[in-house]
Amino acid sequence: MAKVKGAVEVDVNRCKGCELCVFACPSKVLALSQSVNDKGYAYAYMKQPELCIGCASCAYMCPDGCIKVYKIKQ
Amino acid sequence: MNDNIIAPENLVYQKSALVKDNVMHYCPGCNHGTVHRMIAEVIEEMGMQDNTLCACPVGCAVFLYKYIDVDTVECAHGRAPAIATAMKRLHPDKLVFTYQGDGDLSAIGAGETLHACNRGENIAIIFINNAIYGMTGGQMSPSTLEGMKTSTCPYGRDLKLNGYPMKIANVLAELEGTCYITRQSVHTAAAVRKTKKAIRKAFENSMAGKGTSIVEIVAACNAGWKMSPHEAHLWMEENMFPFYQLGDIKDR
Ligand SMILES: Cc1ncc(C[n+]2csc(CCOP(=O)(O)OP(=O)(O)O)c2C)c(N)n1
Ligand code: SF4
Ligand code: SF4
Ligand code: SF4
Ligand SMILES: [Mg+2]
Repeated sequence: MAKVKGAVEVDVNRCKGCELCVFACPSKVLALSQSVNDKGYAYAYMKQPELCIGCASCAYMCPDGCIKVYKIKQ
Repeated sequence: MNDNIIAPENLVYQKSALVKDNVMHYCPGCNHGTVHRMIAEVIEEMGMQDNTLCACPVGCAVFLYKYIDVDTVECAHGRAPAIATAMKRLHPDKLVFTYQGDGDLSAIGAGETLHACNRGENIAIIFINNAIYGMTGGQMSPSTLEGMKTSTCPYGRDLKLNGYPMKIANVLAELEGTCYITRQSVHTAAAVRKTKKAIRKAFENSMAGKGTSIVEIVAACNAGWKMSPHEAHLWMEENMFPFYQLGDIKDR
């Protein structure tokens, strides 16, 4: 059976570290960084990239439109 | 491994091209940005970018014109439905909508709102109900809940002193001029998708000349409520939704 795999790209300097994407992700892929961006915010990144299913829940939730979602079938 | 997934041909979702690259001034986690994104997606999908006119409010969304790439007019506080009336009557072929907060729509602009709806103007009204005056520091608004603390009712809204929280969408549903009134939210990905569908329907009604459509979005002002964005969503589910019930109020 084809397996769906996803990945996201966060626009780091647009991110405000609101964490809504982290809570929205059904696969617990995302977390906030330890370091900060140009504005001083911790930003979202893929802490467990192998779990991403490309569902785009994070991107729908992001108020600032920081997330691009990619998906492939393997 | 992610490197071969992250390639242009595998892209399935990104912000609409109509959301400008300007960084929005909203507080982290503010629901205004999410609703802006959905409006932009609907206009893009309808192919109406060059034929849309937005009447912008006074409130935190006062800078909407910097974020959504359509023609806009910045209206005096509460007057957006009156400006939108003129826009649509002069340009019936354009998609015309207002974007208003609860203070703008139900306090200072209550008269304009009621009469535009009563005349059945062919406009869509996007109404962000966060139960507070976000922009000016979190004062009580007509839709502030009973017992809810704001800077002007620090001990909580007192019904005897301050009156009842107003369900203005239900009031507007009584008017003959309104055709579609719905109450939505953007606190989950599924809710965001439903809000997008409601905005699409309201915009299509405007183009079909069916009367006034209102999409109320029960929203969080996490900064004004003094909570984290996620906590504000949980508080909203627990406290706002039982009073401001989600779903269609009128559809004809
Ligand atoms: C004529 C006038 N009166 C008062 C104000 C001050 N003022 C600015 S925004 C605002 C309330 C905005 O609240 P709301 O419409 O709920 O928008 P939010 O910021 O919560 O999105 C007020 C009273 C003003 N700008 N103009
Ligand atoms: S696309 Fe879905 S699974 Fe992947 S990070 Fe976003 S919410 Fe999580
Ligand atoms: S939802 Fe958007 S702004 Fe908020 S932390 Fe995630 S990527 Fe950053
Ligand atoms: S004050 Fe409230 S409504 Fe205004 S930007 Fe901040 S969170 Fe959003
Ligand atoms: Mg408000």
